[in-house]
Amino acid sequence: MGKMLFGRYIPVDSFLHKMDPRAKLLITILFIVVVFLANNTVTYALLGLYTFLAIYSSNIPIKFILGGFKILLWLIFFTFFLHIFFTRGGEVILQIGQFKVYEYGLQQGIFISLRFFFLILMTGLLTLTTTPIEITDGMESLLNPFKKIRFPVHEFALMMSIALRFIPTLMDETDKIMKAQIARGVDFSRGSLKERAQNFIPLLIPLFINAFKRAEDLAIAMEARGYRGGEGRTKYRVLKWEIRDTMALLSLFVLAVVLFVFRS
Amino acid sequence: MEIIARDLEYRYQANTPFEHLAIYDINLSILPHSYTAIIGHTGSGKSTLLQHFNALLQPTSGEIQIGDRVITAGVKEKNLKPVRKRVGIVFQFPEHQLFEETVEKDICFGPLNFGADVDEAKARAREAIQLVGLSEDILTRSPFDLSGGQMRRVAIACVLAMNPDVLVLDEPTAGLDPRGRREIMDMFYQLYKEQNISIVLVTHSMEDAARYADQIIVMHKGTIYKEGTPREIFSAPKELMELGLDVPQTIRFQTKLEEKLQDTLGNPSLSLEQLVENITAYVAARRQK
Repeated sequence: MGKMLFGRYIPVDSFLHKMDPRAKLLITILFIVVVFLANNTVTYALLGLYTFLAIYSSNIPIKFILGGFKILLWLIFFTFFLHIFFTRGGEVILQIGQFKVYEYGLQQGIFISLRFFFLILMTGLLTLTTTPIEITDGMESLLNPFKKIRFPVHEFALMMSIALRFIPTLMDETDKIMKAQIARGVDFSRGSLKERAQNFIPLLIPLFINAFKRAEDLAIAMEARGYRGGEGRTKYRVLKWEIRDTMALLSLFVLAVVLFVFRS
Repeated sequence: MEIIARDLEYRYQANTPFEHLAIYDINLSILPHSYTAIIGHTGSGKSTLLQHFNALLQPTSGEIQIGDRVITAGVKEKNLKPVRKRVGIVFQFPEHQLFEETVEKDICFGPLNFGADVDEAKARAREAIQLVGLSEDILTRSPFDLSGGQMRRVAIACVLAMNPDVLVLDEPTAGLDPRGRREIMDMFYQLYKEQNISIVLVTHSMEDAARYADQIIVMHKGTIYKEGTPREIFSAPKELMELGLDVPQTIRFQTKLEEKLQDTLGNPSLSLEQLVENITAYVAARRQK
């Protein structure tokens, strides 16, 4: 479990770490839209440049980030081959038996995989440089206007922060239970698909039971400390929007405009 | 069966910014039919060390020999089941690993994984449940209907039913009431005396270490600080206290008494009985003078 980076925070000092979580959230969400503007080599190269500049300003070694998202590479490969095999158009580049690889398929495959790759890196960067608490604070603040239509913003933020908070705990617990069951003779890495699926029962049942117990304990602990929901609750961390946040957001708009100009 | 560690080192998440050296320079041997206690502060690397005893963790440097298998750093190991069958680990709060519908099924899980047939596994379940001091009619109940103490005993029975040669216990009595604690520790000791097994006990309780073990390993900041018999270890109680470790109450009593008397009682008192013996002997000797 140790090497999985998704959803983890790395405490170093950098431009990205200092940014207001709201700015980071906005940029990430808008980036998801902006990514779709790219449709040729130049625009994809610009997207790549932007992504790598973002990584550079996070002060986290790029090798380390790429290593951490290795598992997700499979997903990217999968989309790549899906396009190679099923997208038609243009000339046939390669023919293996029944399968024909089209020029358009190869191009689409590369583009869509890159799109995927950049998205993963940018969203990953958000959690790598922002603590879960900051993310939920930012979310809560961004969603505040929706209170008018009776959307339970505070409860939503609370649910999210609890979920995020317990990811590492549950990961640790998974690791512990897994080890205990390995010691009792379970082999998680061998056997047929059916056997492997069955092997997860001794892992999942204890995990669920412990999670429910934990949830109950947490609820009691919160009530005991006088939690009554979001009404009239003050904040310990107050978010501050600074010039660098405006600049960062602007940079994304510049990217969007440039992409719009160069897209075919 | 013997377990020997040579220059063992383990780093968590090696080659990442999270890299963390957990244990290093570990040289030790767990002799056949011995009772070893590993003591040390929280974070001294005890739990990391014990996970090497059945190859749940593979050393990042050095090697560990478990019976006739040698696990060396950097060599990919396959089929570790035989090792795991011979070394059973009771983890902290082992009741968290229960998952079956009935206690019997849960206890049979280990033996069945290691190739026992159903009848044999059931026979062992019956045997194990008696060993941990529960009645047989508990076998048909759901493990989740039991009390905390009963669940703990069932979880321990799960490991005992595997018939290991070495039993590794990671704070097996944490969170139990004093009486249950004593019963379970006595049960392990009995098992050790009656059957040809070794026990490795990781504990915070100096009383237990002094009372039951014949070898004590003191861990400090990731490596072995000292090892020896309980008598050797506890004959220098001040040193242990400086490490932030407790010493048994009886030893503490003895040290205070010796300070008051400006004299020594002789042997360190590893149990209440020994303390009584030491004091009576001392008083008798003084009377004679």
